Amino acid sequence: MSTGIAYHAIKVDAEKCIGCTHCIKACPTEAIRIRNGVAIINAGRCVDCGNCLRVCPVDAFYVEHDSLRQIERFQFRIVLFPSVLIGQFREEFTEDQIYGALLKLGFTHIFEVEQPIDLLIGKIKDSVGLAKNKPAISSFCPAILRLIRSKYPSLVENIVPVKVPHDLAAAFAIDKLTAQGIAREEIGIFYVSPCSAKMAAVKRPLGEEKSVIDGLINMKHLYNRIMQVIPKDDVPDTSALRGHLRRDGIIWSLPRGEARHFKQKSMAVDGIHNVVKILERIENGEATELDFLELKSCDQGCAGGILLTGNRFLTVERLQKRSKKYPLAHQKDQSCVNCAEIQEKLKAGPIEPNYVFALDKDRNKALEKLQKVDRILCQLPGIDCGACGAPNCHALAEDMVQGQAKMTDCVFLQNRNLSEKKMDIARATRNLEQTWGKNRFEADCNKKGGRNEGF
Amino acid sequence: MRMVYNLCISMKLEFDIAAGDFSRAGGASSQIKRMLKQLQVDTKIIKRIVVAIYEAEVNVVAHSFGGRLQAEINSNHIEVWVKDDGPGIDDIERAMQTGFSTASKKVREMGFGAGMGLPNIKKNADELKIDSIPGKGTVLWFRNDFNE
Repeated sequence: MSTGIAYHAIKVDAEKCIGCTHCIKACPTEAIRIRNGVAIINAGRCVDCGNCLRVCPVDAFYVEHDSLRQIERFQFRIVLFPSVLIGQFREEFTEDQIYGALLKLGFTHIFEVEQPIDLLIGKIKDSVGLAKNKPAISSFCPAILRLIRSKYPSLVENIVPVKVPHDLAAAFAIDKLTAQGIAREEIGIFYVSPCSAKMAAVKRPLGEEKSVIDGLINMKHLYNRIMQVIPKDDVPDTSALRGHLRRDGIIWSLPRGEARHFKQKSMAVDGIHNVVKILERIENGEATELDFLELKSCDQGCAGGILLTGNRFLTVERLQKRSKKYPLAHQKDQSCVNCAEIQEKLKAGPIEPNYVFALDKDRNKALEKLQKVDRILCQLPGIDCGACGAPNCHALAEDMVQGQAKMTDCVFLQNRNLSEKKMDIARATRNLEQTWGKNRFEADCNKKGGRNEGF
Repeated sequence: MRMVYNLCISMKLEFDIAAGDFSRAGGASSQIKRMLKQLQVDTKIIKRIVVAIYEAEVNVVAHSFGGRLQAEINSNHIEVWVKDDGPGIDDIERAMQTGFSTASKKVREMGFGAGMGLPNIKKNADELKIDSIPGKGTVLWFRNDFNE
């Protein structure tokens, strides 16, 4: 497993960021602080869930991705995309039209990620059957895996050691192409990601050495490109490319898409704040009678992915309708050449806990810091205003004991110092500017945040 | 919650537990859990401690007239005292048996009272003592070491 430098896919555009408090409060791991009027993400804590991106009023967060032109490096260009891509298009666009657009964009082979889902279902069922720690937790959503690793480290052993659908689809696609005599180095595999978490998972996977994906495409970006080139006439017949697609695959990334295979001994939770609540309960030893727990960071599963364009509920509705046209998955579907080999590749390594919330490696020092946090909290107002650049008073106190903030970062303590004449106005202003940037406190409609963009 | 400090590095925590309010059972265990994670206590040990504390909280909520949970954490172990006013336990040995329960129908309907509480605490605590005076209340004490 790679534990190297913390990588995360979400970045901040310092030009666009107006330094408000929306993102710091929405982050489930308290990974964001405001410094110099700009949001800063703590890479060690970020799980790439994309909540910050959702709440940002000025689109200051963005996801790094590769350009579409990169595909030209390869002779054979495979596009791997999750079915939710199709669900975003209004009913008037047919599957053939969308596939046709992808061919026009230069891809030579098209695979929906969930094609050989029967292999994955078999593998997960086997793993769940062998699981010592119940409930077994799905390894599907990379944001959830990262969340468990840092915030719920005792539950890493509950994670099903099976890779995710895009790894499976990549192995399946390579299997198909190499069977036709094509060399691996001539094949470029491009994954269309519905979210930042999956982007990060490809760049720096957990529980596997290196992803086989050659490039990452932002789904939002691809959607726009498809709309530009979508063929109105001369639509090719691409139905043969969907021969292995199954109903179970199309709805896999939606709520209960995975859990339904475990009937009543399973539960599905979507939305990261809901997931946090259920993980707290599981840590307390509840719900051990469940075999399988499906957890998805986005509300409505991947249909709510942050790089999707369509409305999440409409996307779910369209995918449900689309799935009815396809048969259910069966073990005998297996159409790969080397199925056994692919299935073997689906085994993921163990995921190690990542103690980013520990105050200190030395337990005595950590205890001292814990006590100090508590003493500091007595001084803070406890109204969680965010004016210090931290999401709440508790987070500020923790920053202080780690040497990353000072008492006077709190505007209320600053006010107390001013009234007790322990501080002069000039210094207080400098202090505020360190957090919120220069000129932030002038009357000026054109300054950053001057139009109260957040509302 | 109130904290008290002394010279050797340890901290004391106190939580009041109201009788009958199941929605608030778990408050002490989740706060202590958060702290143990910040102390980087081994995850398996945290799990044992949290389960024991949570079960003890539920016991006070379900059976007593109210009580108080105290915990003392130092760098090597955690000690927990749970004192309640309540009916007390008539036969501690029987109460320690899995499946034995005196919980009312109402409590059982809420999904509690399956006779798993004390046995589960015993299973998850390194050391456990229980004292009870029928008609007065119960004192439960347990300790878990941070190093295996």
